[in-house]
Amino acid sequence: MSFAVEPVCSSCTPLDMGHTPEDFRETGQRDLVRRLWIIAPFAVLTMVLGMAMFFPVIFAYIPEHSVNYVQLILTLPVFWFAGWGFIVDAWSAAQHRLATMDTLVAVGTSTAFIYSATATLFPGLFHDAGQHPHVYFDTTVTILALITLGKVLEGRAKRQTSDAMRKLLGLQSTTARVLRVGVEVDIPINNVVLGDTIIVRPGERIPTDARIVRGTAIVDESMITGESIPVAKRDGDTLIGGTVNRTGSATAVAIRVGKDTTLQQIVRMVEQAQVSKAPIQKLADKISSWFVPAVMIIAIATFVVWFDVSPVETRLSTAIINLVSVLIIACPCALGLATPTAIMVGTGKGTERGLLIRNAEALEIAHTVTMVVLDKTGTITVGNPSVTDSIVSDAVDGAALYSAIHSIESKSEHPLAEAIAMYTQANGASLVDVSNILVHPGAGIEASVNGDRILIGSKALLNTNSIAVEAPFQIRIDQWQKSAQTVLFVAFNNKHVAAFALADTLRATSKHAIQLLKDMGLRVALLTGDTQATADAVAAAVGIEEVYAHVLPHNKVDIISRLQESGNRVAMVGDGINDAPALAKADVGIAVGSGTDVAMEAADITLMNSDLQSVPHALQLSRATMRNIKQNLFFAFIYNLLGIPLAAGVLYSSYGLSLNPSFAAAAMALSSISVLINALRLRSFTFHQA
Amino acid sequence: MDTVQWIVTVAGIGMIVAIAVYFLFKSEDVAMQARTIRGVQELSIIVKGGYSPSVVTVQRGTPVRLIFDRRETSSCSEEIVIPEYGIRRGLPPNEKTSIEFTPASAGTFEFACGMNMLHGSIIVE
Repeated sequence: MSFAVEPVCSSCTPLDMGHTPEDFRETGQRDLVRRLWIIAPFAVLTMVLGMAMFFPVIFAYIPEHSVNYVQLILTLPVFWFAGWGFIVDAWSAAQHRLATMDTLVAVGTSTAFIYSATATLFPGLFHDAGQHPHVYFDTTVTILALITLGKVLEGRAKRQTSDAMRKLLGLQSTTARVLRVGVEVDIPINNVVLGDTIIVRPGERIPTDARIVRGTAIVDESMITGESIPVAKRDGDTLIGGTVNRTGSATAVAIRVGKDTTLQQIVRMVEQAQVSKAPIQKLADKISSWFVPAVMIIAIATFVVWFDVSPVETRLSTAIINLVSVLIIACPCALGLATPTAIMVGTGKGTERGLLIRNAEALEIAHTVTMVVLDKTGTITVGNPSVTDSIVSDAVDGAALYSAIHSIESKSEHPLAEAIAMYTQANGASLVDVSNILVHPGAGIEASVNGDRILIGSKALLNTNSIAVEAPFQIRIDQWQKSAQTVLFVAFNNKHVAAFALADTLRATSKHAIQLLKDMGLRVALLTGDTQATADAVAAAVGIEEVYAHVLPHNKVDIISRLQESGNRVAMVGDGINDAPALAKADVGIAVGSGTDVAMEAADITLMNSDLQSVPHALQLSRATMRNIKQNLFFAFIYNLLGIPLAAGVLYSSYGLSLNPSFAAAAMALSSISVLINALRLRSFTFHQA
Repeated sequence: MDTVQWIVTVAGIGMIVAIAVYFLFKSEDVAMQARTIRGVQELSIIVKGGYSPSVVTVQRGTPVRLIFDRRETSSCSEEIVIPEYGIRRGLPPNEKTSIEFTPASAGTFEFACGMNMLHGSIIVE
């Protein structure tokens, strides 16, 4: 097995045991905390000395004329441990003609520091120029301490935004118990190959996707599907790697390993979604490209204006302090964090519920949906139809016909065909040779058996072949259709000879889910290839008034287009395979998954469970995430829009309001943390249940 | 206004113009072609206050390995995000991190830091 040149996305697979992003961040975080502890005592002493005039007792220990020197000495370690890094980073960025957050902090703190150091070491220069040599060491250390503290808190909050991803990665077992030459051995997960026999014991996590060959298991799949009730599995059932076997023991064969497993596909999909960009972010992106230089320009203008309008003896210090305030209060980070963090937390929250969101754009569009169109089979119903009744004409040999039907239907994967194949088999049919198979999508199938031409399919298939329904069958057929059953017709050498009634059961939560959608103010419609009578019966049972029946697969797309043209934003909910074109055409395609089919190309949102309530839940999550993003963007914009002029002192002349740079530093640190905390609120978002 | 104020005002305006010109009107970087070694198109990108080179050219269909050599600790560059290929990867400071992908379609795709302050682009030919 060679991974070297494969199109790998190594960060998303725990098979790559290299650096996880958190490893070094933990180290960085610890380093920041260490720096904070080192600078704390120096910073506190400097601040106290900065307020020495309020504590005259200090002058008993330190002569008044040397207070500034002591402050300068105390500031040096703070500047070295907390400030120098910003200067280095700002310098590297400047070489790329880039100005970042580091630039603002570096220029702001070093201006305050150099000014204060000059005033301390060469007060004569200031006196000669008629300036009072005021120092701002306390401001310098406060800014640095607060920004460092802010970074520590920001790091903690940021870590939580990727909690969902970490949980997913944690589901991957590192070893598997397999049968090798008749002996049970524990081997590293990377060594498991397709076809390996896996031993699943009670209480253990299932190492990889596998099919049970012997035994039973009650499996908790909540971590993948969001479904809280454990599922009973037996021979032939598929186990999803990462889920937990609660009770029972089973032997299973590995059917997907490595990066092909359901879990790894989910991880990749979530990772892709989390890096994708929401269209709403564009404005913030545009602004952030010129934000920092603009702030620097405003800061210089502020300096010049204050220098020109202030009294001679204080003009330099006033100009300096306002310049520093403007540089420090501006926070491009809040703008940059606003959208991506909410997207990360929102998509992560969805994953926990079994809602896989393809990308941020899908999430954004989903909140504008006005109409939900639901497929019937497999979406509102279980999608597992079974034959409830049948009629066969006396004119044919029933047993031979059943064998022919069984043999033809066994070749098809259509759920109705499977149901008929099972029914005929249970009624004594055997396999015979079939030739000339021709599938009519959405209508049925035709084939030859012993030279006889057999058609199995809908009424439409009979009609296109100009075959009339046998009159004696008509009453039974009408009854079946009235009771929402699907009817399949069989023609033998262009004569109608048999009919089957098939019924599908409604999913327990379908009615509930449709009520939830209506409560959200959405228009709900049913779209199916089934007959009008069957569709109407199902629609009535779940409370849908708008029904599009008898729609062939390729016409589903037309219906969706028509609905879109008449001004609806359409979400189409279907099974992801037969409905793929309609899902792709809809504004938002929602695929109802079976739990293992993750990579549904056509779907914007894939439901890992079969609970239709996941549809309103996905739309609710999209609305909540978009609301959160808008709050974040609003806050980040307003913060900078109000903070920068305030720091520049625009309110000074009329209200005497100006901003101490220390407050500016606190506000700046708080602004990005507020955005993060607001995004993290999405983690506790509760899905509305009717 | 006294002479000092005039000097400060003129100097201030000069600095504003300088900042605007230097940071806002910069030309695009020259694209650097990846070298193909044993079937993989490889290129090192130094991460220090930005990406050098910030524009890389690769061929469609052949695996690409970008080696991000991060030579700083600034939190700005601690993540690399390439939305087109679904990649968000942490870059440990003072280490080289390989990112691999195979470009399927031609076009120009952005990469950026986690907060979208530092930018670069991949030109797929």
